[in-house]
Amino acid sequence: MTELKTETITINMGPQHPSTHGVFRLILTLDGETVVDVEPVVGYLHRNHEKIGEKNNWIQNTPFTDRLDYISPMSNEFAYVLAVEKLAEIEPPERAKYIRIIMVELNRIVNHMIAVGFLLNELGCFFTPMFYCLRWRELVVDLYEMTAGSRMMPNYFWIGGVSADLPEKFLPECKEFVDAVPGFIDELERLLTDNEILQMRCRNVGVLPPDVAVEYGCTGPLLRASGVPYDIRKAEPYSIYDRFDFDIAAGTVGDVLDRYLVRIAEMRQSAKIVEQALRDLPEGETATPKKRKFRPPEGDVYHRIEAPKGELGFYLVSDGSENPYRYKIRAPSFVNLQSLPYMCRGHKIADVVIIIGSIDITMGEVDR
Amino acid sequence: MTAKETFDRLAAKFPQFPLGYLEGKDTAILVKGENLVGLAQHMRDDEEYDYCSSITGVDYPDRFEVVYHLYSTKKEGGPVILKVHAERENPMLPSVVSIWPTANWQEREVWDLMGIRFSGHPNLTRILMWEGFEGHPLRKDFPGSEDEYIFG
Amino acid sequence: MTQEDTVPPELKRNVFIAPVDWIYNLGRAASVWPVMFGVACCAFEMIVTVTSRFDLARFGMEFLRASPRQSELMIVSGTVTKKMAPQVVRLYDQMPEPKYVLAMGACAISGGPFKDGYNVVPGVDKLLPVNVYVPGCPPRPESLLDAILKLHKQIRAETIRTSPWYRKDADREIPVPEYGPRGLVLPKGDKS
Repeated sequence: MTELKTETITINMGPQHPSTHGVFRLILTLDGETVVDVEPVVGYLHRNHEKIGEKNNWIQNTPFTDRLDYISPMSNEFAYVLAVEKLAEIEPPERAKYIRIIMVELNRIVNHMIAVGFLLNELGCFFTPMFYCLRWRELVVDLYEMTAGSRMMPNYFWIGGVSADLPEKFLPECKEFVDAVPGFIDELERLLTDNEILQMRCRNVGVLPPDVAVEYGCTGPLLRASGVPYDIRKAEPYSIYDRFDFDIAAGTVGDVLDRYLVRIAEMRQSAKIVEQALRDLPEGETATPKKRKFRPPEGDVYHRIEAPKGELGFYLVSDGSENPYRYKIRAPSFVNLQSLPYMCRGHKIADVVIIIGSIDITMGEVDR
Repeated sequence: MTAKETFDRLAAKFPQFPLGYLEGKDTAILVKGENLVGLAQHMRDDEEYDYCSSITGVDYPDRFEVVYHLYSTKKEGGPVILKVHAERENPMLPSVVSIWPTANWQEREVWDLMGIRFSGHPNLTRILMWEGFEGHPLRKDFPGSEDEYIFG
Repeated sequence: MTQEDTVPPELKRNVFIAPVDWIYNLGRAASVWPVMFGVACCAFEMIVTVTSRFDLARFGMEFLRASPRQSELMIVSGTVTKKMAPQVVRLYDQMPEPKYVLAMGACAISGGPFKDGYNVVPGVDKLLPVNVYVPGCPPRPESLLDAILKLHKQIRAETIRTSPWYRKDADREIPVPEYGPRGLVLPKGDKS
């Protein structure tokens, strides 16, 4: 019997597709159901953040950072505000520093919960785990709403502090939430982690070896799942992360399941950090006196933080005026997405959506 | 290790490369375009700077500048910042994709938005805008775009 | 001849007489299925509106359809960029009649904070006819629910006699814009 001849076909996926996390397009080359090559096409949500950032003044840019990675707005603000503070040498008050850590770590819990929910969505468990996870997001956005006044786009971090002190009810409600998180994660793990379907679909799918992950510049849970325990919170502690006790979760294989497990472990660590921050929260001012006209000195500065998705950096150039001369965003999703073709080759077409889900991208940040 | 020590060591190691020391909030090393790949190779292989975090193009009145932020996942310290100048007319720099594959999309972005070409790049096409778009939006002299299409 | 004579006595308490428009629109308004098309930030509030806390299923909209061919409402949930515009128009053209567009959030209404951008369409109504506008950045799920109730009101006020999709002469297909060197251009052969 002679071998059957096969021919590759090209399939277009997106930009409107239920599991591409927004407007993201893939050009797939398939041999039967096996993926030969993937070409990601991005830019469908290119909203010109960097150009508009040059027209805005320094203070006006904070609300725009909310809309980069709209699942974790607090982290984006944190990175921008820290970069400007490094440029202008402003030191926020102690209380503000702790409040920022609380907000950012709550954000990490939400982000990972949504990442897990979407991953299950893409495995075919349509929307039920998603609803489960979103219930917990609602609790966090309620906390955001009571402090900042907005559910999704808080614009809470200001240069030199935070915009308002915590309301009276925040502390008990936040404590209640953080105490409940481990229990919820246990429940989630009981439902999902040992589930045979999840194990079979995710084990050894989309393997990313550690050296390749570093070559592609991957950061965040994607890199740590490959077994590289690189976390900027530990490698180059910014703000007051050196005062907290937490562990870095790392995987061994670097497949989709490891990324899921790393996210689960990170949620537990984040809850631990919030607990410590609530315990140590000092009294006092929450912001340095604000100026109407803010002019940082000339110079350029790069500051990066460990956002839920990876390294989020801002490269700012100031010419001493009210507007940034250059406002560049180093977005984790954009860089992490480069590893997608490597991970997809040789897998079935159904695995492509899981691999996208496991990278955890937000198009607002990929395209900026 | 401070940035000054890194600079002194590199300057002693590569007497044939004219390196510049740029002091500021973040201290940077100024490299000539033709020496960039050689220095990058050394940074990755011998100094363990295996992770190129970000590549940024900046449009200054007299020149274009590309900034490389290097970190290491194996050792403490960083960033080492390399700055390369390109001339205003037809800016062209060597690509570092062969050294850090992560540069692929970042260099495409710099080409798309800032209009700096990278020689030796495997696929230097526009990434955020569409093919056939005229101009490079992040340049300071970009005039803005206009549409013919309006739904009536 | 009065009603008394025409309706048999056994049906007197069981028949409900109403205009065709009323009953037809009631059925349509109670089962509007949106297309699952998240553009940007607002898409997240749209997903949240479907969840149990806000429960879109109360209004017969429990399904976000993944295919435009099975849906009649397009919730434009976010910034429409020029690169995305041809796809948005094509999606709209693929939806079967009758179809409605809901512009959700400041970006979809007018370009919002990104209005100045070189790649941003200043409002989706430059591309498509919009039925309901929902302001906010992003709008709260409650305001999306309110907008959907407003859309229901619009649907129930329509009449079959004048609705454009039953008329043979009406061409509701919108020409798909193309990428040009400086922005969007009219499709070729349509330069009238």
